[in-house]
Amino acid sequence: MSVLLVSALAVGVLTGCGGTKKDAEKSDVIKIGVFLPLTGDNAAGGELELRGIKLANKLHPEVLGKKVELVIADNKSDKAEAASVAARLIERDKVKVILGSYGSSLSMAAGNIVKTSKVPAIGTSCTNPQVTANNDYYFRACFIDPFQGTVMANYAFKNGARKVAIIQEVSNDYAVGLAKFFKDAFIKLAGPDSVIEVANYQTGDKDFSAILTNIKAMNPDAIFAPGNFTESALLIKQARQLGITAPFLGGDTWETQEFISVGGADVEGVAFSTAFDREKATTAEAKKFLDEYVKEYKGEPSALSALAYDAYLIAIDGIKRANSTDSVKIRDAIATTKDMEGVTGKTTLDKNGDPIKGAVIKTVKDGKFKYIDFVDVK
Amino acid sequence: MEFFQGLLNMSGASFAQHMVNGISLGSLYALIAIGYTMVYGILLMINFAHGDIVMMACYFAYFGITIFHVPWYFTFIGVIVATALLGAVIERMAYRPLRDAPKNSVLISAIGASFLLENLANYLFSGRPMSFPDIPLLSQNIAVGSIKIQAISLVIPVITVISLLVLLHIVNHTKTGMAMRAVSKDYEIARVMGINIDNIISMTFIIGSALAAIGAIMWGIRYPGITPYLGVMPGLKCFIAAVIGGIGNIKGAVLGGFILGLGEILIVAFFPELSGYRDAFAFIVLIIILFYRPTGILGERTTEKV
Repeated sequence: MSVLLVSALAVGVLTGCGGTKKDAEKSDVIKIGVFLPLTGDNAAGGELELRGIKLANKLHPEVLGKKVELVIADNKSDKAEAASVAARLIERDKVKVILGSYGSSLSMAAGNIVKTSKVPAIGTSCTNPQVTANNDYYFRACFIDPFQGTVMANYAFKNGARKVAIIQEVSNDYAVGLAKFFKDAFIKLAGPDSVIEVANYQTGDKDFSAILTNIKAMNPDAIFAPGNFTESALLIKQARQLGITAPFLGGDTWETQEFISVGGADVEGVAFSTAFDREKATTAEAKKFLDEYVKEYKGEPSALSALAYDAYLIAIDGIKRANSTDSVKIRDAIATTKDMEGVTGKTTLDKNGDPIKGAVIKTVKDGKFKYIDFVDVK
Repeated sequence: MEFFQGLLNMSGASFAQHMVNGISLGSLYALIAIGYTMVYGILLMINFAHGDIVMMACYFAYFGITIFHVPWYFTFIGVIVATALLGAVIERMAYRPLRDAPKNSVLISAIGASFLLENLANYLFSGRPMSFPDIPLLSQNIAVGSIKIQAISLVIPVITVISLLVLLHIVNHTKTGMAMRAVSKDYEIARVMGINIDNIISMTFIIGSALAAIGAIMWGIRYPGITPYLGVMPGLKCFIAAVIGGIGNIKGAVLGGFILGLGEILIVAFFPELSGYRDAFAFIVLIIILFYRPTGILGERTTEKV
């Protein structure tokens, strides 16, 4: 018995030593925080982005001779949770850079913390301008809502729409931002009375029959309905059920498999803007990404995975050029990112920390996402 | 002023379509509210897990049809049985041990059961939305002039009325029903009179959960996105419907469901600019009812004995 005890103790002491030794080696590791919604309403988007980051980490596991360790944190699609999760990544896990989040509201919730703790964050698919505005520590890999809203307004006008209705998810900063910029751009193109209705719904709503019945009576040429993919799919389903035939236009959140599985045949023919399509994937990094993604996950990569992959590359590129693990120096290097070759093209960050790059327009055809157009920045 | 303008601007067809939408939503609320109110009527306890039982039933249907390819009519029977069992298990685990505890403890246990189910579903089925299986027979569209009605929207009110009648029959005309009423009046005395109150309470939960399963199937066909938090809003809304009608009163729950469903649709129909405040409508009605008629429209005025 006592022999057992002694040996157990010895093992304890030995492993204890191992532990401290490992701590000493920690300087050979550089920690990057992954800040994504892995449960809750936005879990599908978060999951796709996590795939992109993990793949990038697998293909680029080292920087400055140190191993990159991902610290994955779930912000639970919840604004209040997001703030405390970001604080935990910085204070407890001592990460040097944060990647994420999917969802502008969630990123904004972390904005103040990254700013005051001086740890740079790179947004993956948070497209609201507020995320990086007045925040020197927040950057992003995706284009922003004014651009996305303007692209869709131009697309609608080009395809003959002269009066449009907007249905926005009013509790979602992303959807409200997109709708506002769409409205401004469309009024500029088609005249002051061209936006005939702006209807609102809340995140989590299931029944849209009332707002759709109102809109049906107005008979718009097209309906712009940016929002979360589950609600959007149900919305379009109910619109078709009520006999509305006008095309639906949306934003990049629609590019998830669930949008098609919930919406079924009713979401065929919608149009939305997004950041990436393999037909437009021309860089060497994109080819590597496509091959490895198919091998690893047995499916077609979405724009979300591509953007998350690029966010990781921007971080690695920044650390490399800073030649330091000091968060402030890394931040300064990221701010001067220029022509960084990623999956979604070459990324150059402007003075706000937003990338300058083009948008792809896609539709759903035969249950699959399909490329229809490309809009470059002017 | 705005109201009359809304009325004048609206064509007859739009108004009829709004009414169809409202009745469809209202009968769905009514169906789920019956289960809520029944448990309250007999146990004087609000089963906050009711909405989450609805959610679990949706997942059962998903697994039955989409994963195991069981025909939908067999699956639906299976879903009702499985959900009834789930209700009995929840009662056994979360409420029976607290039979003689203060009411507040049971209420907190109900909230705990609700969170447990939500997080369990999140863990088991992931947070990614799944599509409720499509049943073309029930999801097809029927056009009456320019008014579009989904077949399920015609089925729901019928099911709601049948459930109401069956339930009223059980409660008022069967021996089990008599025992349920006795337990509701005073369970100590009921126990003394030789009623096995544990069995009666289990029975109440089984019936309540079976109703939740029927509601879930209807809900899923009408709104086919399933997530672990699917039950939260319907749970709250149907609770409000039950309170409006007079909690504990089965007919009241149906009335409350229709008032809430029609109200939510018509407020958007007449005041389109209020479309983002639809949920607020339900809660404002709740506050007004609690202020002016706390026992609800059909509820009896009772005074607590000291």
